[in-house]
Amino acid sequence: MAEAAVETAAAPWALLAAVLLGALALGAACLDGVLAACAEGVPARVGLRAPVARTAALLRQRRRTTVAADGLLQRAGGGGLVVAALLMVAVVPLGGHALADLPAGVVWFNAMDVLVWALVWLAGWGGDSALALVGGYRFLAQALAYELPLMFALTAPAVAAGSLRVADVAAAQDGLWHVVWMPVAFAVYCAGVVAFSVQGPFAPPAGLDLAGGVLTEASGADRLLLQAGRYALLAAGAAFAVPLFLGGGAGPLLPGWAWVLLKAGLLLAALVVLRRRVPAVRPDRFLEAGWLVLLPAVLLQLLVVAVVVVGRG
Amino acid sequence: MTLEAVLVVAAALVAVGLYGALSQQVVVMVMMGLELMLNGVILAAGAVWWFLAPDPTGQVLLLVVVAAMTVEMAMGFAVATLLHRSRGTDMTDMAADLRR
Amino acid sequence: MSVPTDLGAAVGVAFWGLAVVAVAAGVAVFRVDSMARATYALAVSFVAVGAALLLVGLDYVGLVVVLMMVMEMAVMGVYMVMLMGMNPALMPMSMVHSGRRAAVLAAGTFVVLAAGALLVPWPERRGAPAPDTVAALGTALMESTMLVMLVVSPVMVATIVAGVALAVPRGRYDRLGDDLRRRPADDPQPGGVGR
Repeated sequence: MAEAAVETAAAPWALLAAVLLGALALGAACLDGVLAACAEGVPARVGLRAPVARTAALLRQRRRTTVAADGLLQRAGGGGLVVAALLMVAVVPLGGHALADLPAGVVWFNAMDVLVWALVWLAGWGGDSALALVGGYRFLAQALAYELPLMFALTAPAVAAGSLRVADVAAAQDGLWHVVWMPVAFAVYCAGVVAFSVQGPFAPPAGLDLAGGVLTEASGADRLLLQAGRYALLAAGAAFAVPLFLGGGAGPLLPGWAWVLLKAGLLLAALVVLRRRVPAVRPDRFLEAGWLVLLPAVLLQLLVVAVVVVGRG
Repeated sequence: MTLEAVLVVAAALVAVGLYGALSQQVVVMVMMGLELMLNGVILAAGAVWWFLAPDPTGQVLLLVVVAAMTVEMAMGFAVATLLHRSRGTDMTDMAADLRR
Repeated sequence: MSVPTDLGAAVGVAFWGLAVVAVAAGVAVFRVDSMARATYALAVSFVAVGAALLLVGLDYVGLVVVLMMVMEMAVMGVYMVMLMGMNPALMPMSMVHSGRRAAVLAAGTFVVLAAGALLVPWPERRGAPAPDTVAALGTALMESTMLVMLVVSPVMVATIVAGVALAVPRGRYDRLGDDLRRRPADDPQPGGVGR
């Protein structure tokens, strides 16, 4: 078991973490815009600046509410997504520094992604509108399917490292990255990240068939926060995969922090590109697939990992 | 932050939960009262662990309390579903004939 | 890191903040006019208690409390709406029976418990926490107290089976026909695997 040295960064560095997360999220949104523009035959630069233009438009938009909206819960749900994403990256070590070097950092990440259950449902509930509420329920159905496989996928690297500390998990893959010998866990983890950020194949809770689902009644800054939160969650999930599966800051030439950012950016770009190519998954059907396919697969992966760990002594 | 202070807070949580569990009519609300009482128990057990005997076995006891909560919830939800389907009720008073 | 019993002023302030949040949210559960607000008030209370556990070095247990209870409350919210048929609008609701008696009993319980907490001469602390409480818990679970987990797991499995058996109205004969040969199964909701 490698004992990794990670210093706790001072509180002001949280600002830098927030900026980096924001940059990753904006980059993902811009990449998505470019891909959408290419698919529609519009010049790429139009797509590139689409997220910025949309942000500016939403910031100027007046907030509208429904007759009996529960504003408190709606705002808590919408704004909470960004907060959850920020809390997730707090445990990711960036070149020997982490905002919070928790002894149970992997469980911390898991607890934060469970917060998303509550937040998305609240965003759907608060608007007092049928379509938004259906979106919230869709997300819960989907969450019941992806959460347990995701939990066991998070467990696999921790078992291999013999520690729940994120830095220990990163240090344990000296020479051989976890992604190489636990591909199933990595794939399930990536699917979980895409699912809890309500993107791509797991976007039906905010689907167009529901007139935007949980987004239906959100307008102005609320809508901006929800949308930004979805990208921030995707970015946070990609950043957390780096210490967990992709060798942390290990890499030639560049310093550790640069490698963490580079790997997170590449994985994020891959997720953004991939999710456009996968069709939407119906939440009710995904429930059975999650429990009967993903869960046994990731449990088998965990068994393999456990056997390897015992064999290594 | 002393042991006494944490225990008083835990006692307040248990008392509020007891009020809910005794006074609420709806099965799910009664369950919320029970949950709040267990919340207080977890806080008290954590404080006793830290201030009196911080050895690892105490943490295991806390995990057992958490596991007991999940069992209570799962069975509560199952019974609530069953009650709702078989008699269309969600009130404890209306399920009183289960006693006979 | 070894922390002395006296946790310092910052932790004290944090604890009292969390304590106020936990109790206030607990009271709100039975005072607010919306099922969703009641459910998530309870979730806030649990998160506050989980954070308080983090203060006293119970990292794993505190995070598990947050993780499980937020998940449970998300499910609870669905049950609330399903069983009580409420719309998101805030309307006055009171669903208490014998509220006075319950209030008196609860106040009495609080007085007795708080008096006990304050008057009992608590013993001195025995031993010190392990440097890494999470690793210590893991070792305890897999060594000295393994029996506890061996008992808890079958109880959990039994809970899953019993819960499903109680809640599901249809058995396999409803799905697959009397000779269990009907394919595909007759389900109100077709699954994604095509069983």
